[in-house]
Amino acid sequence: MIETIRDKALAGKRLDRAEGRWLLDEAPLLELGALAAEARYARYPEKVVTFVIDSNPNYTNVCITDCQFCAFYRKPGDPEAYTLTVEEVLGKIEFAASKGATTVLLQGGHNPALPLDYYTTIVRETRQRFPEVTPHFFTASEIRTVAQVEKLTVGDILDRLYEAGQRTLPGGGAEVLSERVRRRIEPKKGGPDTWLEVHREAHRRGFKSTATMMYGHVEQTDDLLDHLDAVRGLQDTHGGFTAFVPWSFKPNNTLLAKWIKHPKGPNMYLRMLAVSRLYLDNFPHIQASWFSEGKRTGQIALHFGADDWGGTLLEENVHKAADYVNTIGVDEIVTLIREAGFTPAQRTTEYEILKRY
Amino acid sequence: MHFADARLAAVWEKVQTARRLTRDDGLLLFETEDLLGLGRMADHVKTAREGDRVYFVLNRYISPTNVCVLSCAFCGFARKKGEAGAFEYTVEDIIGMVSQEVREVHIVGGHHPDWPFEYYERIIGGLHAARPNVQIKAFTAAEIDYFWRRWKIEPREALARLKAAGLQTMPGGGAEIFSSRLAKQLRYAGKADGDRWCEIHGIAHSLGIHTNATMLYGHVETHAERVDHLLKLREQQDRSGGFLTFIALPYQVGATRLVPRSTPPADNLRTIAAARLLLDNFPHVEAYWVLLGEDTASVALHFGADDVNGTLEDERVQHMAGAETPAGLAREQLFRIIRDANKVPVERDALYNVIQVWDREGALA
Repeated sequence: MIETIRDKALAGKRLDRAEGRWLLDEAPLLELGALAAEARYARYPEKVVTFVIDSNPNYTNVCITDCQFCAFYRKPGDPEAYTLTVEEVLGKIEFAASKGATTVLLQGGHNPALPLDYYTTIVRETRQRFPEVTPHFFTASEIRTVAQVEKLTVGDILDRLYEAGQRTLPGGGAEVLSERVRRRIEPKKGGPDTWLEVHREAHRRGFKSTATMMYGHVEQTDDLLDHLDAVRGLQDTHGGFTAFVPWSFKPNNTLLAKWIKHPKGPNMYLRMLAVSRLYLDNFPHIQASWFSEGKRTGQIALHFGADDWGGTLLEENVHKAADYVNTIGVDEIVTLIREAGFTPAQRTTEYEILKRY
Repeated sequence: MHFADARLAAVWEKVQTARRLTRDDGLLLFETEDLLGLGRMADHVKTAREGDRVYFVLNRYISPTNVCVLSCAFCGFARKKGEAGAFEYTVEDIIGMVSQEVREVHIVGGHHPDWPFEYYERIIGGLHAARPNVQIKAFTAAEIDYFWRRWKIEPREALARLKAAGLQTMPGGGAEIFSSRLAKQLRYAGKADGDRWCEIHGIAHSLGIHTNATMLYGHVETHAERVDHLLKLREQQDRSGGFLTFIALPYQVGATRLVPRSTPPADNLRTIAAARLLLDNFPHVEAYWVLLGEDTASVALHFGADDVNGTLEDERVQHMAGAETPAGLAREQLFRIIRDANKVPVERDALYNVIQVWDREGALA
């Protein structure tokens, strides 16, 4: 099987679902990893690994969606609930800009008290005050929430954000794009189409976005394949995805912790990354998540088909709410990428290289 | 098998036909950029020997003392007598540290200036009498050599007396890296050198005492020094045959700072894989999770390692963590390391006798 898959992958032929299943369930890990690395070098012959200086602040933790995997959100009225003013949000962006960030990934809960104007003002003011920062704001489900609040379509909201100066969307909130999984862990968030529709509409308008996947909870192999098929299919239409970013679910302080005590470990992560590289043949970049999987696993992942290291994450609150904390500086990123045998290069939100080290 | 580095094909040819690798092959394994190619060959060897089994043992590390006459540059553990932080345990202290659940106790310590050899005999004898079901793995070749230097007790006599007192196996420490250049530079020249270390293990093997072997790497040694170290172990194993397992010990930066950073995980995986391929006469190669980290240790189970050791850390802390027994908690953690790699956990004793084979899958609750 590995030989057939190798021939197809290197000839640029698409892997089918049965092959994807075999890679996820049965392929020897290092055979798979070596093939993913081969595919990575076929696409990028240079041993360069990119990273971005970024920050992930959150404008609100108020949320009405009650996802079972989330330790971050608070219900409206909860004593720990918060919503930042526009100026407070801009203060966080100013902090990120002062540290050299070129990307700010701003996201938050689904807070029905916030009007569209709140979102567009943050985008417009960011563009105006911090031109070096790309506003990489608002995941699909937040955009959907604003649309519902304003009784507009998702497309209308995207148009307004585009007018305000936004050009990219983060890929969070995908979890696993499978009806079964989403019904189980996030019944109020809607099925896979709710996420896919926002990205489809965004790509149609010229936005770029990323696709993520959070695995390691209730999903089975078929659910993972549904996810990969869904994002690969959408990418065929508009080509708007820049990167695929999988990570493992962190159970602490979440409702799912009752059933799932520990995150999936490094071997499953390396497998996911390598399968992503091979199966998502139309995705330019595969990101190794040092942040969610640990720096050691992040370094090893660069040998399993990943070509990007993710970012500095100057601020991060969502994993922190699950008692998972990990920090890094640019110097350490450069050192870690070099130690792993690669040349580090700083990139923008849209993966243009700014500086080689 | 397709290799990113075509030079590995010749090594693979030898590996498949069970031909011995040369020094040049060894150098290539440490220099190639094809980490996964190297790993796949090592995994092939590991799987041919052990299938999907990965061993662990519930053991307890004990140092009777950290007082040491040596001043090795890589050591953050040793203290001089009377220095702050120096400790010296009694036989009763040591017995108190070993619970009945432990299968194996691992005893190594400093080269104490005053303790007579008879005290070490009493430690082994006392522990063996109090915990007859616990197998005792004790004293590195460096310590056995020190008994000669300090008390003029020949290694053969020392090992025979310790065996009579209850010692069952010998740990592989004190080998550091076999290099007279580094022994001088890192100030471990006062310790048994490579020839002496091997001689003592040979004596142990001749007395029916199985032993382990180690290599301390990731500091200022060269790749050639690593290869020569491994080949010297392989020669000794050809001569005396009593080594059970090889343990690669990555240098921990800590307070000694011989290098600014610990060697990266890819180097740890590389070293384990190269050891599996070069040490064709060693039954086992270990991924010692305490030094590697659980994540790298788990990945190393695809790079030729078939054992994760299994130390119980501070038992009081583990007791405070909940009602689970320390052994139960240690097992759960080890299961996660092994099962994440989709391997079968096998609980063993100090001599690699199988105690229990567990499920590959398992409730991780």
